Amino acid sequence: MSRASRQAMLADIRNACTPRRGGAGTAAVEARLAARAPGPVPARARIAREGQIALFIAEAERVQASVARVKHVRDVPGAVAGYLARHNIEPRLKCAPDPFLRSIPWAQHPVLSVAEGKGEGDDPVGVTGAFAAVAETGTLVLVSGAASPTTLALVPPVHVAVVPTGRLLGTYEESWAALRARSPRPGKEFVMPRSVNWITGPSRTADIEQTLLLGAHGPQRLFIVLVDEENA
Amino acid sequence: MESTSGRFENNARAALSDPTLQTALAKLADGFPARRLEAAGRMPEFEALRDAATEIKEHVLDHLDVYLETFERQVVANGGEIHWCRDAEEARQAILEICRAAGARTVTKSKTMIGEEIAINEHLERHGIRPVETDLGEYIIQLRREPPSHLIAPAIHLSLAQVAETFRASHKELPRERALNEPDALLAEARAKLRPDFLAADVGITGANMLIAETGGNVLVTNEGNADLTHTLPRVHIVIASIEKIVPTLEDASVIVRVLARSATGQDVTVYTSFCSGPRRPGDLDGPDEYHVILLDNGRAKLLGGEFRDMLRCIRCGACLNHCPVYRAVGGHAYGWVYSGPMGAVLMPALIGMHEARHLPNASTLCGRCESVCPMRIPLPRMLRAWRERLHRAGRGSLFARLGLSAWASVASRPGLYHAIMAPLIRALGNLAGPGRRFRRLPFLGAWTSARDFPAPEGETFMSLWAEAERKRKPYADLRARSARP
Ligand code: SF4
Repeated sequence: MSRASRQAMLADIRNACTPRRGGAGTAAVEARLAARAPGPVPARARIAREGQIALFIAEAERVQASVARVKHVRDVPGAVAGYLARHNIEPRLKCAPDPFLRSIPWAQHPVLSVAEGKGEGDDPVGVTGAFAAVAETGTLVLVSGAASPTTLALVPPVHVAVVPTGRLLGTYEESWAALRARSPRPGKEFVMPRSVNWITGPSRTADIEQTLLLGAHGPQRLFIVLVDEENA
Repeated sequence: MESTSGRFENNARAALSDPTLQTALAKLADGFPARRLEAAGRMPEFEALRDAATEIKEHVLDHLDVYLETFERQVVANGGEIHWCRDAEEARQAILEICRAAGARTVTKSKTMIGEEIAINEHLERHGIRPVETDLGEYIIQLRREPPSHLIAPAIHLSLAQVAETFRASHKELPRERALNEPDALLAEARAKLRPDFLAADVGITGANMLIAETGGNVLVTNEGNADLTHTLPRVHIVIASIEKIVPTLEDASVIVRVLARSATGQDVTVYTSFCSGPRRPGDLDGPDEYHVILLDNGRAKLLGGEFRDMLRCIRCGACLNHCPVYRAVGGHAYGWVYSGPMGAVLMPALIGMHEARHLPNASTLCGRCESVCPMRIPLPRMLRAWRERLHRAGRGSLFARLGLSAWASVASRPGLYHAIMAPLIRALGNLAGPGRRFRRLPFLGAWTSARDFPAPEGETFMSLWAEAERKRKPYADLRARSARP
């Protein structure tokens, strides 16, 4: 079924396209795919570093995320424990098996219990890193992989993201460029990870009488910890 | 889903006298347009982004065959599979086969308009598979067995009390006397009900806001996070998308993302924007084992070469609905099928047939607000007029209207005859009008005057006033005399 349908659909489409463009069109498509030209990129994010950090924080807070900025990696456990205590959340962390998160001295705060894995069951808090953070809209860019399961940012009711400020970028386009540069084998074609998730604030809905409610199916709270010195 | 578009007039009358619906629509008219304006104002590049988004889709539509083949190659390279489907029947069958092969009993779904278009829920149910809508609005209307009434706010027509009533009637295992008078309580109940289904589902079905040729993946935008749970938790992910959803690159997708939420809800970007590209990779701790794309034509290739081609740029943002005086008066259900508002009035005659949808292109004042807010600059009024012309040519209007229009046309295309008839008529009408200078009723125009007054003409026609002034000033005679001088 699918094969015959494929031929018929492509033939119909080709018949409609050819008179307009003239020719096979492959060269134009290849050129466009190779160029990866960005569209108009917002000027508001093309600013100096400190300005971008301030913009990220302002934009994330505008959409009800909480943001803390700390100097050292050793300050992270305190910031997280403090946030959870303030909001009366069980301090049981499920962390992504990520080398950067492992470098955080969680044990300094004995109230925090820490396990690794994907997000599941009754995990109260999912802790992730982020591939990048985009100042333009206060957006976290999470990239799935062995060290970053997608479910940690979705299943638990609280999502904590720990992000070195060095990963902060201005615009979406910069995050795509960074992702392409990460391609495992240089010279090889870029392969997308299974899932790239942009997260901008905690989950919400306005489906009942257009009343804004936080925490629909995803987390009700998003706490972002920006760390200035990744390896301090 | 059965269409009731043919009964638009009755549907609209019922909608106009439904106070709950009118309250909901008034709220929508207050909310969305103001928020869109604010979001656009915060983005100085907004108009340039609309141009860029339009250009992307135009380029894609000119090269759609090549992009679909590129997309297919990438999907396969990622370990996924494409199912080409000419019509709804083929799509339903392909989905059912995948579900059966997966031994599926429960299927979670994240809101998809194409899913509505092919009525996939009914089909799965008929074959013993339980589809569960997970978007809160879609969940509510699934319980009520209603179609969505808005592209992005499917339960916009309901009040809190109606939702509470629906939950009481459907969630019978919960205590009858529980309090459900706050939106939070309803959300908490839906969330608790749906969580086990998310975990139990064997297959997750999503739509696609875009398909990306470069990566062989799909984009999903939601605020609730339900789409992400739907594509991440079950063993099989099925994406249902129509052929025109393609964009070339991640950069192009980013341009469209920048106009989509701003036009839709007035957010800068939705909470979740996800780029899924195939099944889980070696080493991944979560994600599906299988990734399928149902690629549906359902009449679109036919639009590609004709005068409704621009409609294929639509990104289903809902802005044209939110700004349409007719949609805001009658809501989405009156349109009688899956789509509504100006985009629905253009699309539905192509999808369900011109006769069935004959009233919809006429359900517009052609005020032009839809086109002015459409992020993809789709000339909706021009296409509504094109349908009206086709309907007229096909003899679909009333006999009286058709005879009247052809009589009018033969007079109006002969200026001498036209003025000879119109000038005395207009003078007479001007003299007949009462002190209010308005007619409450006019012969032959009963349908028009039953809801409106007809303003009385002022007595003289523009042409006769102009001729009078000309006679006094004779500017052309002077001009000719001057230019004739050496
Ligand atoms: S026609 Fe334009 S405004 Fe209407 S839904 Fe489509 S893209 Fe949005």
